[in-house]
Amino acid sequence: MAEQLTKEDIRKEANIVYKKTEVLTDNVLHYCPGCGHGTIHRIIAEVIEEMDIQSETIGIAPVGCSVLAYNYFDLDMHEAAHGRAPAVATGIKRLLPNKYVFTYQGDGDLAAIGTAETIHACNRGENITIIFVNNGIYGMTGGQMAPTTLEGMKSSTTPYGRNIKQMGNPLKMTELVAQLPGTYFVTRQAVHTPAYVRKAKKAIKKAIQYQEREKGLSFVEVVSNCNSGWKMTPVQANKWMEENMFPFYPLGDIKVPEDK
Amino acid sequence: MAKAVGDIVVDIERCKGCEICLEACPQDVITMSKKVNSKGYRYATVADEGCTGCANCAIVCPDGVITVYRVKKAG
Ligand SMILES: Cc1ncc(C[n+]2csc(CCOP(=O)(O)OP(=O)(O)O)c2C)c(N)n1
Ligand code: SF4
Ligand code: SF4
Repeated sequence: MAEQLTKEDIRKEANIVYKKTEVLTDNVLHYCPGCGHGTIHRIIAEVIEEMDIQSETIGIAPVGCSVLAYNYFDLDMHEAAHGRAPAVATGIKRLLPNKYVFTYQGDGDLAAIGTAETIHACNRGENITIIFVNNGIYGMTGGQMAPTTLEGMKSSTTPYGRNIKQMGNPLKMTELVAQLPGTYFVTRQAVHTPAYVRKAKKAIKKAIQYQEREKGLSFVEVVSNCNSGWKMTPVQANKWMEENMFPFYPLGDIKVPEDK
Repeated sequence: MAKAVGDIVVDIERCKGCEICLEACPQDVITMSKKVNSKGYRYATVADEGCTGCANCAIVCPDGVITVYRVKKAG
């Protein structure tokens, strides 16, 4: 029988199979414990590292909890006014067409105040990647209802649950932009389990690589949690998300390139 | 059959005690510490034996605080 390995034998540089990517800075994330924003940042950064495009990538940060994303990505980053990230990304990509340009936006940012910018950037077929983090709520400002809040879902402005008659229907932005001729790849992912993280990372990689084809906009929704806004523990929030968010926001590719 | 032996190192001061890694570990070898870090969070700790170095915990960690080591072992 082989000898028992000690922790010292195992914890050697050569045996590392996973460590935080250098495309993320060492700054401590300000997100709440268990918030999906951190995981989504990390897999975007890992894709950029794998593609070896750190110096060729420009990210646009939104307004929302991820407003400080530029502190975490070790990339050229630009901050946009609330909802305007796709417009800012359009300008940057048109001036620097050889750079990889992505926006990172929450659902309040992308599907409320930035609806016009989002739809028109998608419809124009800008060669950018949009990462859309849908947690069904305005996290940063105190858990108010977002356009994406589910029917019956409680938030600080819908304490008895979203009432469709009074507050309208939840908006499926991803299905909506998939209808537009300017979008090339549209998909919905999640990051709460290892298997979903792996899938989401593959989707983000494709969405960034497709910029090289110059065939239009790639749009990746990630259904995520806001355990503070939802008033749950992180583990409970992820279960609640599976049971309530996924039936309304089903995961998977919505539009895939015809030329693969 | 070659069997993998693993270990993880948690950056204790950056761990926020969310417990998502606990759910993700197929070997059930992660538990939360009894002590807290300087911010008051309990942090993830791993048992002395049983980790295979699969990296599932590190892959779901929102704060990227887990480093994973793996050694392939014959026998
Ligand atoms: C022009 C403008 N209007 C309103 C606000 C207030 N505001 C800040 S963040 C936010 C909502 C963010 O929600 P979301 O995009 O879902 O991101 P999350 O915080 O959930 O990640 C709002 C309305 C603002 N900063 N600027
Ligand atoms: S408020 Fe919600 S979205 Fe914002 S960091 Fe906390 S859990 Fe994440
Ligand atoms: S590497 Fe795998 S087996 Fe080891 S603690 Fe993490 S999840 Fe568990």
